[in-house]
Amino acid sequence: MELRIDKVRKEFDRFPALHETSLDIRSGELIALLGPSGSGKTTLLRLIAGLEQPTDGAIFFGDEDASHRSVQDRNVGFVFQHYALFRHMTVLDNIAFGLNVRPAAIRPPKREIERRVLELLDLVQLPGLEKRYPNQLSGGQRQRVALARALAIEPRVLLLDEPFGALDAQVRKGLRKWLREIHDQTGHTTVFVTHDQEEALELADRVVVMSQGRIEQVGTADDIYDRPTSPFVFSFIGESNALPIRIETGQAWLADRPLGIDVSGEADGPATLYFRPQDIEILTDPPGGGLAGPVAAQRRVAGTRHLELEIGGDRTRVEIEVPADYPIGETGRVAFKPKRWRLYRNDGASGN
Amino acid sequence: MATDITPAAADRRRGWSDPVAERPIARAILIGIALSFLALVLVIPLVAVFTEALRNGLGAALAALREPDALAAIKLTLLVAAIAVPLNLVFGVAAAWAIAKFEFKGKAFLITLIDLPFSVSPVIAGLIYILLFGAGSVLGPYLQSYGVQILFAVPGIVLATIFVTFPFVARELIPLMQDQGTGEEEAAISLGANGWQTFWRVTLPNIKWGLLYGVLLCNARAMGEFGAVSVISGRLRGQTNTMPLHVEILYNEYNFSAAFAVASLLALLALVTLVLKALLELRYSRDSVGH
Ligand SMILES: Nc1ncnc2c1ncn2[C@@H]1O[C@H](COP(=O)(O)OP(=O)(O)O)[C@@H](O)[C@H]1O
Ligand SMILES: [Mg+2]
Repeated sequence: MELRIDKVRKEFDRFPALHETSLDIRSGELIALLGPSGSGKTTLLRLIAGLEQPTDGAIFFGDEDASHRSVQDRNVGFVFQHYALFRHMTVLDNIAFGLNVRPAAIRPPKREIERRVLELLDLVQLPGLEKRYPNQLSGGQRQRVALARALAIEPRVLLLDEPFGALDAQVRKGLRKWLREIHDQTGHTTVFVTHDQEEALELADRVVVMSQGRIEQVGTADDIYDRPTSPFVFSFIGESNALPIRIETGQAWLADRPLGIDVSGEADGPATLYFRPQDIEILTDPPGGGLAGPVAAQRRVAGTRHLELEIGGDRTRVEIEVPADYPIGETGRVAFKPKRWRLYRNDGASGN
Repeated sequence: MATDITPAAADRRRGWSDPVAERPIARAILIGIALSFLALVLVIPLVAVFTEALRNGLGAALAALREPDALAAIKLTLLVAAIAVPLNLVFGVAAAWAIAKFEFKGKAFLITLIDLPFSVSPVIAGLIYILLFGAGSVLGPYLQSYGVQILFAVPGIVLATIFVTFPFVARELIPLMQDQGTGEEEAAISLGANGWQTFWRVTLPNIKWGLLYGVLLCNARAMGEFGAVSVISGRLRGQTNTMPLHVEILYNEYNFSAAFAVASLLALLALVTLVLKALLELRYSRDSVGH
């Protein structure tokens, strides 16, 4: 099922939780909504499900305008952030719920429902737990039951709100792979919300980065990581440094020092230079170019070392990655220049 | 032996004591005070009621209950409770649902309103209805012209009882439902359940113990209400006398053994309610920890 979100806007008591937003989701795609807390991810997901009504705009399921369809009619599988399992029902009854409440004419017979539930329990790798109650399950198991319950109604789309948010890191990793497998097996169009970039980049076909009720960028993991279209995306994904600079006479300048990077074609004026700690080149013999400063702090990061340097007159701190055994000279100064970087104009335009 | 020392005892030996636990003497004094107070104001009077009722033997007590006016009072009390309790059950669930699961203007005001019967003297509750339906009011004579009698009749007693008992169910459910939130209901509708199915299959099972508890309290109060009913009923013997009113009348007539016989029946109802309530509480707390 294709999804099209068409100029949708949502306000809560005048508070704009989601500014005008458009997004196309392809059939069978696994897509992640990624953004900091409060950026409107849950709101967008609930709008798709019909749990919220848009203030403006329309949501299409395929060619059909679903905006005025009730939640019940949309036939979406929703996995809630805290699972929302029915606490007084067994796992079996939880998963069977969506089938049991169908009108008699389209309700499968009892036997068939039970067979389907047991099949789903196998799919989510919880065989034999059908008699348990939710409070007798671990967090990861509840998560799986919630997914099985959503899958039982054969939904047109699957929506998951921070599916692994409440679980510890070890369990998360396992479930992540497992969700990808389930998605590939069942082929549902799936939208999941997360604030964990690693999860989004690793799991999703495409990632939708959101901030303050807006979509900042939509793209594959490579697009998002290598070609961030806004300073927000650059700094939200991975580690990054921001340095205010000036473009003049075809050169980039930090105060009166040329950076030695190629900015040909860039218009003159102030700009902000973004680069990642690992995308740098150490200069051993600074020929007057590049960035240099005293090491203010250092920390060991796995196989490498991160140095914090104080750059320029106002001692802007930047972080660079060097080999773990990198010798810091007597002067305590290190010079480098960014190898890969992006320039963002203060009016929002970007380039490199 | 050192091996027999409990962790608490070991802590004490090390000079450590639980900061919130009282010392043994303080605890004994506190428990003693509570128990003697209970004995004085609850147990002794209750025992006295039963002994007084049985002073002339069980036969005499039963005979007093079979007397026509007593029977009429018992029937009326049961009738009033049978009307007031279900109505307040429905009202309580509806109000609690609205308050716990929706956001709307005037919510705080509604909560205050629900508490009103707790803060208003029952006598005043009765007087309100006299004002509303009495001979000097607009409504009373109008209804009377259609042959509807509110005051000094069963409808008035039911109204007064509903007024006095309506907070019980709502008060019990509001915190419970607020605590549970709307997550399970949203899950139910996203799975295709309609409003009715969601209520019967999800909401109601989740609140059933709290609801039963509230209904029990509501019932106990409905049967025992004196003030409001006494104002509004006109106390027509054999017609508008409920059990509490009948007890008072018998007592004023120096018919002590009959008064205490009816009183014991009321007290017995209360005791049964208490036992049920205790059982429910047990069930309730077990449910919230595990199945
Ligand atoms: N029911 C609501 N009423 C009022 N404000 C809301 C409601 N739901 C969300 N918001 C606000 O909308 C913004 C976006 O919320 P949400 O979509 O939950 O963000 P996210 O899921 O990205 O953390 C937040 O500022 C939040 O406070
Ligand atoms: Mg959220």
